[in-house]
Amino acid sequence: MNTLDWARTQFGITTLFHFIFVPMSIGLAGWVALCQTLYHRTGRDVYLRMTKFWARFFLISMAIGVVTGIVQEFQFGMNWSLYSRYVGDIFGAPLAMEGLMAFFLESTFIGLWIFGWGRLSPRVHLACAWMVAFGTALSAYFILAANSWMQHPVGYTLNTATGHAQLKNIFSVLFNSTALLAFPHTIFGAYTTAGMLVLGISAWSLLRGRRDEVFGRSVKLILPLTLGVAIATGVFGDGQARLMDTQQPMKMAAAEALYNTTSGASMSLFAVAPFEHHPKALSTDVRLPHVLSLIATLSWNGTVKGINQVNAAEQKKYGPGDYTPIIGVTYWSFRLMAGAGVLLIIFPLLGMLLARRPGRLERTRWFHRAAIVGIFVPILANWSGWIFTEMGRQPWVVYGLLKTGDANSPNVSMASVIISLAGYILVYGILVVVGARLFVREARRGPEEPGPPAPPPAPGAPSRPDLVLAY
Amino acid sequence: MRDPNFLQTLWFVLIGVLWVGYFVLEGFDFGVGILLRVIGHSNAEKRTVIHTIGPVWDGNEVWLLTAGGATFAAFPGWYASLFSGFYLALFLILLALIIRGVSFEFWGKDDSPRWRATWEWTATIGSFMAALLWGVGWANIVHGVAMNAQHNVTAQIWDLLHPYALLGGLLTLALFTAHGAIFLALRTRGELVDRARALARLLAPVSTVLLGGFLVWTAFDQPAGGVKAVPQVIAALALICSLGALLTLNRKQEGRAFAFSAATIALLFVSLFAELFPAALPSTTNHAFTLTLAAASSSHYTQVVMTVVAVIFVPIVLLYTGWTYWVFRHRLGVEDFEGTPTPIAVLASKLGGGPDAGGEPPTTTPV
Repeated sequence: MNTLDWARTQFGITTLFHFIFVPMSIGLAGWVALCQTLYHRTGRDVYLRMTKFWARFFLISMAIGVVTGIVQEFQFGMNWSLYSRYVGDIFGAPLAMEGLMAFFLESTFIGLWIFGWGRLSPRVHLACAWMVAFGTALSAYFILAANSWMQHPVGYTLNTATGHAQLKNIFSVLFNSTALLAFPHTIFGAYTTAGMLVLGISAWSLLRGRRDEVFGRSVKLILPLTLGVAIATGVFGDGQARLMDTQQPMKMAAAEALYNTTSGASMSLFAVAPFEHHPKALSTDVRLPHVLSLIATLSWNGTVKGINQVNAAEQKKYGPGDYTPIIGVTYWSFRLMAGAGVLLIIFPLLGMLLARRPGRLERTRWFHRAAIVGIFVPILANWSGWIFTEMGRQPWVVYGLLKTGDANSPNVSMASVIISLAGYILVYGILVVVGARLFVREARRGPEEPGPPAPPPAPGAPSRPDLVLAY
Repeated sequence: MRDPNFLQTLWFVLIGVLWVGYFVLEGFDFGVGILLRVIGHSNAEKRTVIHTIGPVWDGNEVWLLTAGGATFAAFPGWYASLFSGFYLALFLILLALIIRGVSFEFWGKDDSPRWRATWEWTATIGSFMAALLWGVGWANIVHGVAMNAQHNVTAQIWDLLHPYALLGGLLTLALFTAHGAIFLALRTRGELVDRARALARLLAPVSTVLLGGFLVWTAFDQPAGGVKAVPQVIAALALICSLGALLTLNRKQEGRAFAFSAATIALLFVSLFAELFPAALPSTTNHAFTLTLAAASSSHYTQVVMTVVAVIFVPIVLLYTGWTYWVFRHRLGVEDFEGTPTPIAVLASKLGGGPDAGGEPPTTTPV
């Protein structure tokens, strides 16, 4: 491995760590705000207890997501200085907007929400919860707009003097067709992640014999919501696949390991192939006839471009070279993502079917056990999705404009990259272990007991804020 | 050296404002982190100390993230040279910020003394390292580093640890710690105020002396040999404010002392930015290799776009940030956290420890 490989490894590992907790916090922010809204509307104690219970998981995931996000903001400059110079004119703008519009919003209002309970009026306090949920989603939009520009550069010109890309139209960048689909796909994926977490923790508590209304209510609410957002994730993902077919044909072909352009292409469900950069053919290939053409082109006999033809076309356009990503990675990451996505639709649907007869869902222990494993399925889906979209774009870092091999910092030594990588793995590893243990601990502790309403404060006494969520 | 145009100058000023805001605000929460175990003795006291910054530290840190993002957008060349050039130093700062950030959230999640001590130390060490390293880093930026014609920094991490930079590090460490002590004297009640006040009166003179030394050194630390007038006037004002903080501290006027301390930090960094202008990163290898703002800048169009965004959103951000500080303006005392124990806590202590009873009596640390 050379310095470039280590730098790529560092970006991949830090980003995947970051993206364990980020989707959870985006989704849980919305869920907690929803619970609090229900409490605000109905005044029922169970919703208050739900808000406070789920908020604990939200705050843990948020804390880890925020601190690992600091590295994300700086590592473009640290490891990818040539990239930063090349794209900075365009890529920096959404990042700066993310800081100014989204980061300030979520960090300020989360402080107000945690510490303002009982100090702010209930209405204002509820608004703070929604501001946080809005801020986290807004932040996702900007960073996905930035990433979409790497997948499908738009709204730019090439500056002949500097050789760098230059921004021509900010609206093209912010409303890039790629971003318009990547955002709902990612955000609904995040809500699915949170939904499965809520379902899994509730199931775990019910299995342990904790017959608390908080879990029953949560399951009842979260099942249809998770089903809805999981379907939405799939629908937008499907749209992305079709867009990708025109914008990044190589990625689509590599996802299917389709070597030659085919009409009425069948889709491979499962295959075994030598795990190398460019295996000659797939063995043990289970295929569904015509399905690939149907998905990619919406027609039974539509033509899907193959790796070899796209490679030849790119060689003609960009000069000699190999323009294929690692086929084994794209093929399997795509299957893991899509397969997990299907499971994530089936599972809540099953739960809803079980719930149709009263008491049946509560008695179905295998469903609860499966729900605990289900916590990890969306994490796997999120990871394989990012691995697919980033590794499927290789050898490009900005599709058609800049190759990954020309993007890293020339003055950063391999030793520096390895040392920092080791440091990140160590610290992030500790964070993940501690975060997971805190999740288990909070789940075991369970929700607050439904206590009698607090006595009104003595006249003249200073009002004391509710510190149940504060550190 | 090509002079920066109006928008480039404006963005240099705006990025300067973001850094100044970052150091003034996160400065005190670094100080609070460093002093956590010194000022807080019991768990309730430590909780009070953490609570003074609890609602705001995360927002304070966003000033840094936004400074980073704004630098990327307005001066991509600066962003690229700076962060690749200070690679390992920045890596250490990031680690420090990570461990201190999670420690506030994690600290109260368990009652065991070992757990609490762990996250107290990470808060302290993380705050200490960041407070020290930011000074080392900025002293190096103003002083300049070995850099080639392609604006790639060639200096190694040990090249950054020269006496001037170390003095800069000690200065920010002392300034931020004193700033934190004054903040605690302003935001707490009872015994905590006395301890914070005593520490502030000990730390403020140290930081004033370091500040004087550093500013004189900066004035004469010029590759061209000349002394720039504007930065020196601002530096003198910083020193005056630092003396003001000393005087008001002796009169137990914490509010004024805090304002002076904030002004000292702000003016110090304004003078450093003024010293740097119109360069973004001076090269000590060859003066001609210095990265200027004009050379590091993004296009005119991008800067116009960012200016429009900033004009709309900076006032909004300032408005709700100000509101947060207003909501959490009250002094905090240990009694806020001792309070009547919850019924469950009483029950747990009577039964000799429920599943969640830690080593602490429930009267001092309600969950």
